[in-house]
Amino acid sequence: MSEQKLAVNEYLKIDSDYLRGSIQEGLDTQVTGSFSDGDQQLIKFHGFYQQDDRDLRNERKEQKLEPLHSFMLRARVPGGICTPQQWLEVDKISSTLTTSNSIRLTTRQTFQYHGIPKRNLKTLIQGLDRAALDSIAACGDVNRNVMCNPNPVESKLHAQAYAVAKHLSDHLLPHTRAYAEIWLDEEKLLGTETVEPVYGQTYLPRKFKMAVAVPPDNDVDVYTNDLGFIAVAEDGELVGFNLVAGGGMGSTHGEVETFPRLADDFGFIKTEDVTKFAEAVMTVQRDWGNRVVRKRARLKYTIVDHGYEAFKAEVEKRAGVKFEPKRDVIIGDRGDRYGWVEGIDNKWHLTLFIESGRIKDMPGQTLQTGLREIAKIHKGDFRMTSNQNMIIAGVAAEDKAEIEGLARKHGLLGQVLSGTRGHSIACVALPTCPLAMAEAERYFPEFIDHVDALQAKHGISEQSIVVRMTGCPNGCARPFAAEIGLVGKAPGRYNLYLGASFEGTRLNKMHKENIQEAEILAELDVLFGRYATERDAGETFGNFTVRIGVVKAVNDAAKDFHA
Amino acid sequence: MLLKELSALASPLSQGQVDKLKQFTSELSSVQLAWVSGYLAATASQGQTAGVPAAETSAAQTVTILYGSQTGNGRGVAQALAAKAQAQGYTVNLASMGEYNVRQLKQETVLLLVVSTHGEGEAPDDAIELHKFLASKRAPKLDNLHYSVLALGDSSYEFFCQTGKDFDARLSALGAKALLPIVECDVDYEDAAAQWQDSVIEAAKPHIQTTGASVTAIGSASVVGESQYTKQNPYSAEVLVSQKITGRDSDRDVRHVEIDLGESGLTYQVGDALGVWFSNNEALVDEVISGLGLDADENVTVSKESYSLKAALTDKKELTQLYPGLVKSWAELSGSAELAAICEDKEQIRQFILTHQFADVVAAYPAKVSAAQLVDMLRPLTPRLYSIASSQAEVESEVHLTVALVEDERQGHARFGGASHFLASAEEGQQVNVYVEPNNNFRLPENPETPVIMVGPGTGVAPFRAFMQQRVADGVSGNSWLFFGNPHFEQDFLYQVEWQQYLKNGDLSRLDVAFSRDQAHKVYVQHRIAEQAEALWQWLQNGAHVYICGDAERMAKDVHQALVNIAVEQGGLSADDAEAYFETLRSEKRYQKDVY
Repeated sequence: MSEQKLAVNEYLKIDSDYLRGSIQEGLDTQVTGSFSDGDQQLIKFHGFYQQDDRDLRNERKEQKLEPLHSFMLRARVPGGICTPQQWLEVDKISSTLTTSNSIRLTTRQTFQYHGIPKRNLKTLIQGLDRAALDSIAACGDVNRNVMCNPNPVESKLHAQAYAVAKHLSDHLLPHTRAYAEIWLDEEKLLGTETVEPVYGQTYLPRKFKMAVAVPPDNDVDVYTNDLGFIAVAEDGELVGFNLVAGGGMGSTHGEVETFPRLADDFGFIKTEDVTKFAEAVMTVQRDWGNRVVRKRARLKYTIVDHGYEAFKAEVEKRAGVKFEPKRDVIIGDRGDRYGWVEGIDNKWHLTLFIESGRIKDMPGQTLQTGLREIAKIHKGDFRMTSNQNMIIAGVAAEDKAEIEGLARKHGLLGQVLSGTRGHSIACVALPTCPLAMAEAERYFPEFIDHVDALQAKHGISEQSIVVRMTGCPNGCARPFAAEIGLVGKAPGRYNLYLGASFEGTRLNKMHKENIQEAEILAELDVLFGRYATERDAGETFGNFTVRIGVVKAVNDAAKDFHA
Repeated sequence: MLLKELSALASPLSQGQVDKLKQFTSELSSVQLAWVSGYLAATASQGQTAGVPAAETSAAQTVTILYGSQTGNGRGVAQALAAKAQAQGYTVNLASMGEYNVRQLKQETVLLLVVSTHGEGEAPDDAIELHKFLASKRAPKLDNLHYSVLALGDSSYEFFCQTGKDFDARLSALGAKALLPIVECDVDYEDAAAQWQDSVIEAAKPHIQTTGASVTAIGSASVVGESQYTKQNPYSAEVLVSQKITGRDSDRDVRHVEIDLGESGLTYQVGDALGVWFSNNEALVDEVISGLGLDADENVTVSKESYSLKAALTDKKELTQLYPGLVKSWAELSGSAELAAICEDKEQIRQFILTHQFADVVAAYPAKVSAAQLVDMLRPLTPRLYSIASSQAEVESEVHLTVALVEDERQGHARFGGASHFLASAEEGQQVNVYVEPNNNFRLPENPETPVIMVGPGTGVAPFRAFMQQRVADGVSGNSWLFFGNPHFEQDFLYQVEWQQYLKNGDLSRLDVAFSRDQAHKVYVQHRIAEQAEALWQWLQNGAHVYICGDAERMAKDVHQALVNIAVEQGGLSADDAEAYFETLRSEKRYQKDVY
């Protein structure tokens, strides 16, 4: 067989000396705020992306200035848990080293900074390091931030699940010292060869996402991950997981060989075998994944291309353990429980709705100040949710009033929140994301206003509908798993997707292509009208649209999604 | 002697003439050289010039007029004097001090000097050499010389007209006799200068024989009327573009202005400046007129011409730059003790005129004044000079400028610099009166291999854009190094994408930038220069020319000090020797400044 030409990124990885590339040289040059094209791929492995303010592109061109480059850095926070002390550092960094003066909670339970000038990157990463945080492998062709249900109610089970997530995150970190050398000024260790025991020299063919779900909650949207672990408990104790694999959202408009997909069920594994299976799935993907066509490099395509059974057999072979039949679990709600909830440990937990995850001081809503003030007095921890919200967790009963007072004072609590808004998410998109074709975060709150109004008009406000919007089909806000999915095509234009299940167990399907707000709302107006009168008892909106034939059900994404 | 070893001191030629001769002869083959030498010898023996005006027409018949000028004012006064003298039948030798061969001094009978003073009593660049020579032991006795000095200066500075005073004192000490007492002019020099021109021609009469008049310009100094468009007769050009080139969050507004010289035939060299006439802003004119309770339509006379008051203030009178004389007059008119006290203190008045415009004075210190009094009191509007930011090799009939909009807010009023606001708010197609102000003290090296080091923070980067355009057009291979600085990288990196392109193409060898406000401690170009001491010293050893453009008050001094430090650290020179080293570079035209 003749040698095939690999995807460009593969050569970049090979030539990078384990992710070093010429990042240091790029940092040293003061003439541009950007990195070279090759390094722009490598810096992702260090946790950040190069972006520019797209609102200013044309203006700056006329000003004979380069685009306003800045960097988006995503921290690695397994399970989304950090201490109040860490939060205070995170907060301080955003005010001193970024131009966005905000912190953005993400759909993968971490936070990211926008608007970091190149000259501040090193100081920022060192600041995170002092707070025992890092951004290693938060992006790039590696195992990304491991998600874990932050459920503080069943705190014992959660603690056990979290320990697994944390272990997976730590165990699957790249071993290269590039990060330590470049950002933390650690010395080069002479005479020691870099070895990446799991990844090898070229890491994975593509990003790799993992989540640990604790049923009945499916806030982590476990089926949208490359590898998911659904906790199975007996008498409140964790005994193992149902392993699911092959999920992923990203696709390209108009290219039917790309498609979103939900993970397949593979069976039950014991807690003690989690590492073996995780490594097995990752190394099969490492060795079998498509390194020629980058668009087809995610695990979901590997499973489709090699077949479910062949993949399963290979994983079992490498793990040295067989899957047991999957256990019955109930997969329920993907939303968060807003407000105060009491956990079994008699501590209280306050979930705050953060619209689009943007923590920023705005007139009347001093969210960033509010969280800072809370962090100064809070004795528990902070938990970032996969719906871009924040939980003030582990509050003693006697401290509730003070925390709540602060939350109300700063507009973190007290807003009237529809069920739909509470279940809905949007990605960042314009102006910073280079991939965005349309608005998401900046426009989404207004769009949800319209949806709320339509639901009210048809008397269906009590029904939560999962609405998600992204600026492009790469799927950061998991739009293909939304009952109403809107994916940007062009400024002001979206594809409208319908028919996903409320719980995240079935994908949606395109209903209308490239339409504008008025048309989207007109469609929803009609569908909400029918839903109000024709729905079965307890029927969710996504299921309804499939039943009445507005869209066909997507059961096998490779066949059904584009059909 | 080989031509390349020829220097002004060893020949009867001025440095400028030597340079020209070198340049001309370098283009000739040996056959051509032989022919030229024969031709010149024959012409000389017939006592004629070979089409080139000779410097040495009989000195006894000649008035030599020398100017030392930074901004062109001195040159303008000298040129006008030359024209008047010529009209009186004198033979006139007109030259920049920098082009003048000091060995000729002994032969002079009448020497008229126009020289300005800058900063803390410093001589303009082209006057430095003559200034030093006259104080040195080499200076000859000048018993037969009659002279007069017109000194230009700014009375808000401590060492007002110091360079002029120095020349006066030294010539006198060498035995020369003053035709008139030194005339010290403030920023409103025009009337006093005109008066001096007339008086000094009268005073020179007994000492000079008048013959058929001719004006001889030495060296490359422009001959009067070289172009039909001059300061007095500017070309009405068209603004093509006035584009802001600082980012939207910048706290300064810098414009890239492109002007079409059309069919004017105006030419410039890189390093030259463009003189820009402007109209005062209408709102400002109205504010002054209404503030004084005057009638905008009242007729007033300016230079014997009649205008409405509004027209006179718009196009004929200076409103945006105060000067001490005006403040003093206003103190008297208004009877304000506060203003009078300010006028008493040099430092206070200096600060005052930097932070006030005439409209502010009118508002703060009410006085009764007639329209006629007002126009007499205000000095004539003067054009502003901008270092040209383009090369005609690249932009042909266009000329580009880099203009910082001077703006300030005082007592609720936006105050603007006259010319910068005029250019910044110019619409496409707007007419602007311009002329070229040559600057022979800011020229690229003749040898294309010679490395160049350019230090141009802020709008001081303008002539280096012109340099780079010229070098690319000429295909020069020598190394080039630019130091640029401004407050913020994202907002104030003037012409960023152009420098990036020059770097990428290898046309610019190095670019070091200092963005002062992007970190806790302020970093300026002089710090970057200091960081690069070793490399920079190596460049100097390789014959690099150093150019500095921009702020004279602080930047140019700090950069100079940084360079001197490098000569001390890297070259092992004493502080004095290091100064002398750069003095030598300066006299060899390897260290040139365009500072303001």
